[in-house]
Amino acid sequence: MTTPGDSGAPGTPGDRSSPALEIARDVRAGSVSARDVVERYLGAVDAVDGELHAFVTVLHDSARREAAAVDRQVAAGEDPGPLAGVPVALKDNLCTRGVPTTCSSRILDGWCPPYEATVVERLRRAGAVVIGKTNLDEFAMGSSTENSAFGPTRNPHDPARVPGGSSGGSAAAVAAGLAPLALGSDTGGSIRQPAALCGVVGMKPTYGTVSRYGLVAFASSLDQIGPITTTVTESAVLFDVIGGQDPCDSTCLERPAPRTVSALADGVEGLRVGLVTELVDGADQAVAARVHEAAGVLEAGGARVEEISIPELRHGLPAYYVLAPAEASSNLSRYDGVRYGLRVEAGTAEAMNAATRAAGFGPEVKRRIMLGTYALSAGYYDAYYSQAQKVRTLIIDALGVAYQRFDVLLGATTPTTAFALGAKVDDPWSMYLSDVCTVPSNLAGHPAISIPFGSDDKGLPVGVQVLAPSLCEPVMFQVAAVVERGAPVLAPPGIRAA
Amino acid sequence: MAGETTAGNATPGNATPGSAGLTREDAAYVARLARIDLTDDELGLYAVQLATVIGHAAELAALDTDGVEPTAHPLPLRNVTRADEPRPSLDRAEVLAQAPAVEDGRFRVPPILGEAP
Amino acid sequence: MNAGGKGWEPVIGLEVHCELKTETKLFCGCRNAFGDEPNTNVCPVCLGLPGSLPVLNTRAVEYAMRIGLALHCEVRPSIFHRKNYFYPDMPKDYQVSQYDAPINVSGWLELPDASRVRIERAHMEEDTGKTSHIGGGGRIHDADHALVDYNRAGVPLVEIVSAPDIGSSAQARLYASELRGILVATGASDGRMEEGSMRVDANVSVRPAGTFELGTRCEIKNLNSLRSLGRAIEYEIERQVGLLESGDKVVQQTRHWNEDEGVTVALRSKEEAFDYRYFPEPDLVPVVPDAGWQAEVAASIGPMPADRRDKLASLLGLEPPTRARADQIATVVEHGLDGLVSAAADAGVDVALALARTANEASADPDAARRLDVAGFIGLLRMEQDRKLSATQAKTVLADMLENGGDPVEIAKRRGFEALDAGSLAAVVAEVVADHPDEWQRYVGGEDKLVGFFTMHVMRATNNRANGKEVAAELRRLRG
Repeated sequence: MTTPGDSGAPGTPGDRSSPALEIARDVRAGSVSARDVVERYLGAVDAVDGELHAFVTVLHDSARREAAAVDRQVAAGEDPGPLAGVPVALKDNLCTRGVPTTCSSRILDGWCPPYEATVVERLRRAGAVVIGKTNLDEFAMGSSTENSAFGPTRNPHDPARVPGGSSGGSAAAVAAGLAPLALGSDTGGSIRQPAALCGVVGMKPTYGTVSRYGLVAFASSLDQIGPITTTVTESAVLFDVIGGQDPCDSTCLERPAPRTVSALADGVEGLRVGLVTELVDGADQAVAARVHEAAGVLEAGGARVEEISIPELRHGLPAYYVLAPAEASSNLSRYDGVRYGLRVEAGTAEAMNAATRAAGFGPEVKRRIMLGTYALSAGYYDAYYSQAQKVRTLIIDALGVAYQRFDVLLGATTPTTAFALGAKVDDPWSMYLSDVCTVPSNLAGHPAISIPFGSDDKGLPVGVQVLAPSLCEPVMFQVAAVVERGAPVLAPPGIRAA
Repeated sequence: MAGETTAGNATPGNATPGSAGLTREDAAYVARLARIDLTDDELGLYAVQLATVIGHAAELAALDTDGVEPTAHPLPLRNVTRADEPRPSLDRAEVLAQAPAVEDGRFRVPPILGEAP
Repeated sequence: MNAGGKGWEPVIGLEVHCELKTETKLFCGCRNAFGDEPNTNVCPVCLGLPGSLPVLNTRAVEYAMRIGLALHCEVRPSIFHRKNYFYPDMPKDYQVSQYDAPINVSGWLELPDASRVRIERAHMEEDTGKTSHIGGGGRIHDADHALVDYNRAGVPLVEIVSAPDIGSSAQARLYASELRGILVATGASDGRMEEGSMRVDANVSVRPAGTFELGTRCEIKNLNSLRSLGRAIEYEIERQVGLLESGDKVVQQTRHWNEDEGVTVALRSKEEAFDYRYFPEPDLVPVVPDAGWQAEVAASIGPMPADRRDKLASLLGLEPPTRARADQIATVVEHGLDGLVSAAADAGVDVALALARTANEASADPDAARRLDVAGFIGLLRMEQDRKLSATQAKTVLADMLENGGDPVEIAKRRGFEALDAGSLAAVVAEVVADHPDEWQRYVGGEDKLVGFFTMHVMRATNNRANGKEVAAELRRLRG
């Protein structure tokens, strides 16, 4: 039996155990039953989640049934899949058939999709056991999970602080040992930033390598589903399981996601790493220091690290905060009280729509719908939406130039460590600044990964980010694995499974 | 295409990016377009908050984007289509089970005031 | 082209939405079917459920290209846009359509009178669901509530927009009729206005004759037949002329045609015009039909109505055909029966006769005519051509064949339609002459029109088996 977070003493480098892979190995070998595994994790959730609030829905009964089915397959000599018996937590904007999918919004409270997201189907085929749906900022809009209609999730390292967002529930669940694997979604950093704040690995794939069918849309040209895990290896394994072309998603690439696990052991000898000024400037001193130390680890491993300035990246945040709300304003029009979800009755259909949306959406969602509607409205389209799409091109081109000199780029994942609950809720722009290092990858459609790398002087986790060009997940994971090996071990969080 | 005049006399604010900010009337117009009822207080608050974000977005106007093509898709995909073959539809009972109001196998709504364009 | 002869020139453009005859919807695999139980052809995609995504139907793209190519359009790389507005029959509260990069542009349609109407664009878009307004006597504005069926949501449409090149209600009807024929000929649509698979809206304005600036136009909707189209345009022209002549202005608005009252009525208009906030649809990728695909599609389109009319005219050997023949040709092609005439021509039958029987008799029941056994039809024509049957008899046999099928020779026999031989004919004529001595005297005296009188009696006596021309010849022979 394995417990998460096991390895060398805090502060020393060492191999991290991969709880998910160990479970799968043991279940497949028959040395551990999937039922026992799921009971252990359900017990952890029941014990800990009252304080943590990572979960919106816990699936005790169905998880037990799924685990039992895995055990039957093993007993019958059938192949139960590469993730056999591994409990997985799903961000609650992923459609699960017959199971509430709320997006942490009142407007979808109680709605059960009549269909399943493609990634969830793939996880089940791989033998994973869905243990529950995790909390998020409403409709994935936010960087702290404080915008959830059901209350915030707390950071396992300090319950007075945010876990980050919008995939705060998934990141907190993995960090606290409540699930060895989780899926989140990343539109402007919503996997990577909470992973950094919670001290776990969070990865955003190349746009189009993971099907979005069944992911409740926030910003369609930016959203991607990705893994949140304890180790880089698990991230690569989970990416291989969920990735690949899907006939239900027109924006999904026609070739399967590149096989990444094999690249993990390759090391970084001779690789060229660009340390991006704009992704370190403006970060807190402790965060910047950790990034430089990570650069040192890569140099020690034989990589050539050089500083590079990509000034266009500074325009990423304003461009993102035009484009994402614009797409969101359209994607969220369908919540009108007619076909499903909340309805507030009124005398006319129009009044019913307006009253339903007023009651069903929280303030951040309303803010972004307003912003997006404004940016698309007649007279403003050229100045805002169209211009932002052109700036997007400038950023893509600038990154393209950088990648002629470098194989990967390095920087902070987010400028700060976990901030206090309530600290930024009154100042939207200060909250949006959390995304400044992450949005460029979404705008470009490039992959990026956050790896936990030590902490600040309060013991709060710091994440460092490795960025790569489209479809270069193998080299990205290659570099991430070396960073991980050289990272100071993080002290286990205060709130965690026993 | 008939009926599609852009918002003529109801253009919100003025079209110069970065100008003094969103008025309450601008916010009210946008809220009507977005079909969300907002209280007076909310309108005032959002007008201010939106103005801040718009102000940052307006910085983009200063960038030279002559000749730059907008990126609508980060992907080079083209011609993604599927064969014209039927696939199973949903069971109607399942579809209607979660509808707020149903009558005669159809979704029921209060009377519709306006016309479809 | 006069609006009441008052020196005003009508300017008309037509927008036609046509449903494509695909098996499935534009973006999902639900059946594209009319008349099924409500909400039984729906899925997460066409219901716009959270998390659903569209995937484009290949055949819909091909049909859209067929329509564009048949209208001489340029087929271009295109993308989809979202047209954002709220309405209960819209599952996503936006419609996926095409905006400034449509698949077909810059075509034209030639009318039978050789005038041309330019086609600005023909683009793809998805249909909405159907709303029924309940209570209030069926009047929309007094309804108690509404019910929505999404079976039609997501059905593929092509919207064909003409330039304002049409100058009269008659020309508008001709355009709509010819366009319908073309749509049916491409196989992309069945063009049924009454069923809603072809919906026509008219944009109508007037301007002083001889000027070029466009006047304010109104969009007229709810036109369910060619006749309504014509009547509504006539009414609207008069209404606008009346306004302008009394010093008023025409207000740009959408108006509904009320078939019973025979008037167009302004819909209750909102203060603000719709702001659709078009932006490129991020869930779909561009459609770029390369030259090969376009060529494949072009090759798969059969001949257009104009080509088929030309072919019949050349078979007739009349270039240009007379007005009467042209009408017959148009009728035959409209009903898809030109194959019958061509086959008859190939078999050496008189083309004018084949054309007449097809246009005048067979077209009375076009569905049955399309099922007619071609060899039998040719056989019947030969019998008439060879004088074995009179015209009247031939028409009767044809009607029988349309209703019940069967072989013309057997039908003729069963009805006792065998032709009279010359001797029997002479005997009957002699008898009729003997029965009517007064009339005979007058005929001998030069009243040629009495041929009709005698022929009538001969026909009665022979149960219509006589041949009129032969009777006349026999009478003349007797007179000497």
